[in-house]
Amino acid sequence: MPYTADKPPLPETSEQLRARIPGWGADLDPADRPSYPREVRGLETGAHWDLPEQQQEHQPRERSMEHARLTPVFGTSVPLKGLSGAVRRFAYQRFSEGRAAHWLLLIAADRVDAVESHLASFATLRPDNPVTETGVLAEPSHHPLRSRAGRVDVRHQVLDPIVVVGPWVLGGVVIYRGVRAAVRRARS
Amino acid sequence: MRAMVYRGPYKIRVEEKDIPRIEHPNDAIVRVTTAAICGSDLHLYHGLMPDTRVGSTFGHEFVGVVHDVGPSVRNLAVGDRVMVPFNIYCGTCFFCARGLYSNCHNVNPNATAVGGIYGYSHTTGGYDGGQAEYVRVPFADVGPTIVPDWMDEEDAVLCTDALATGYFGAQLADIVEGDVVVVFGAGPVGLFAARSAWLMGAGRVIVVDHLDDRLEMARTFAYAETVNFTQHKDIVVEMKRTTGWLGADRVIDAVGAEADGNLLQHVTGVQLKLQGGSPIALNWAIDSVRKGGTVSVMGAYGPLFNAVKFGDALNKGLTLRMNQAPVKRQWPRLFEHMRSGYLKPNDIVTHRIPLEHIAEGYHIFSAKLDGCIKPLVVPGAA
Repeated sequence: MPYTADKPPLPETSEQLRARIPGWGADLDPADRPSYPREVRGLETGAHWDLPEQQQEHQPRERSMEHARLTPVFGTSVPLKGLSGAVRRFAYQRFSEGRAAHWLLLIAADRVDAVESHLASFATLRPDNPVTETGVLAEPSHHPLRSRAGRVDVRHQVLDPIVVVGPWVLGGVVIYRGVRAAVRRARS
Repeated sequence: MRAMVYRGPYKIRVEEKDIPRIEHPNDAIVRVTTAAICGSDLHLYHGLMPDTRVGSTFGHEFVGVVHDVGPSVRNLAVGDRVMVPFNIYCGTCFFCARGLYSNCHNVNPNATAVGGIYGYSHTTGGYDGGQAEYVRVPFADVGPTIVPDWMDEEDAVLCTDALATGYFGAQLADIVEGDVVVVFGAGPVGLFAARSAWLMGAGRVIVVDHLDDRLEMARTFAYAETVNFTQHKDIVVEMKRTTGWLGADRVIDAVGAEADGNLLQHVTGVQLKLQGGSPIALNWAIDSVRKGGTVSVMGAYGPLFNAVKFGDALNKGLTLRMNQAPVKRQWPRLFEHMRSGYLKPNDIVTHRIPLEHIAEGYHIFSAKLDGCIKPLVVPGAA
């Protein structure tokens, strides 16, 4: 009890646990734990350089202003492009990682990117298909009702379709209103 | 090549992409034979991680065969079967030199607060991931390891993150013999953390979740007592009650950014993205641990601020420990445990999905249909 010095008794002794659970206590000694202590020097990593060679920068690579230089190695997936790219570049150039604006701009750019990319896909032979891309076609064959019965998170999942379909509906409304306004202007 | 491609929140598809090329002398190109979907991939899938770009390929848990190597690669050769830690790291920067491989400073230009991770947004470096037929592996002499002959392919892929992270989380909890350990979350990391807590001499291990399939796995795989938090009016009070009103000695948060259990936190953290995720489990951990105890955080959170109860943590004198796991540091000891029969990682695999059907796989995992705990992805299996 917390009101005396004694710890509440455990249901099983160490000997009982060792007999019941494979490997119980194998790492009892912290020295056997690979991340103890957390920081150690002299680990063999396989590296054969002091400073790695610099990966070639084929186009300007955005980076955190908290870095003194472009890192020797970096990812090259999906370079900045379009309006979302401009927002992202602004977030990296203007705000450090310590500023909420940095991350909120990047999240906003993600939403812009999704809209830009959906619209751009309609100019391709493979437009976005929200039915196949959301994977909802798996529902009928994977026990949709039984899997969700009694779950606390189901009440939150009703928001998921709004998050997914909402931007499409909003985009449709904006386009409809824009076209309607343009037509009215042309007629008048 | 065929690759999973992100198309916006909750939307992915498989596209034809160019096979990645050597971009640095110590790169390798690996042909992926098995990958996995991680619970943290769902944060990307749900649009929670800043700078997740449409067109990127996810996947930081994968094994495969070396397809090509750069001119400075010494330790690998074409044809080697390799397992690749989710950390991308150089091996020699200030942090790597001290064993903090997950905090490497030489691989992520986009942020200093996180290292490099395959297929995990530009916030972790802008690398494509392994849910594809091929993937670029930087610092091939440092990260990848040849899969031991005795190791099963599925066990190997689980070593690349989930098992190593759970094992690391139990280490960060500083468990001593007889400790009462509570693990929030019975996903793969929570299950492995619970199982690992016994290796370190725990006296009781209690796993908390709300999904009955996962709690069943916690009982059978991890030998744990289980608590379904939906069956208690206040899970913190239940944790106090079950520990003799003392609180647990050590608590591990294996839930992270998309926790359920508090509507306000969930909506602001997950749906509206106004926090770096919903810290419900972390707050429960802070309130459930005993004074002077340790909270180990393995659940992934985004870089934005969170509504965390630091006042309680201060007043209780807690030790909060956390990091992304330095995976390769864990492997030699984990391999010993696997060979000794103490751990069989692929016991938790519930679904095996062809790459071509990965959109359905993400939906099944995200919606937790059919008791999905750990889905694997198999390129070329359709």
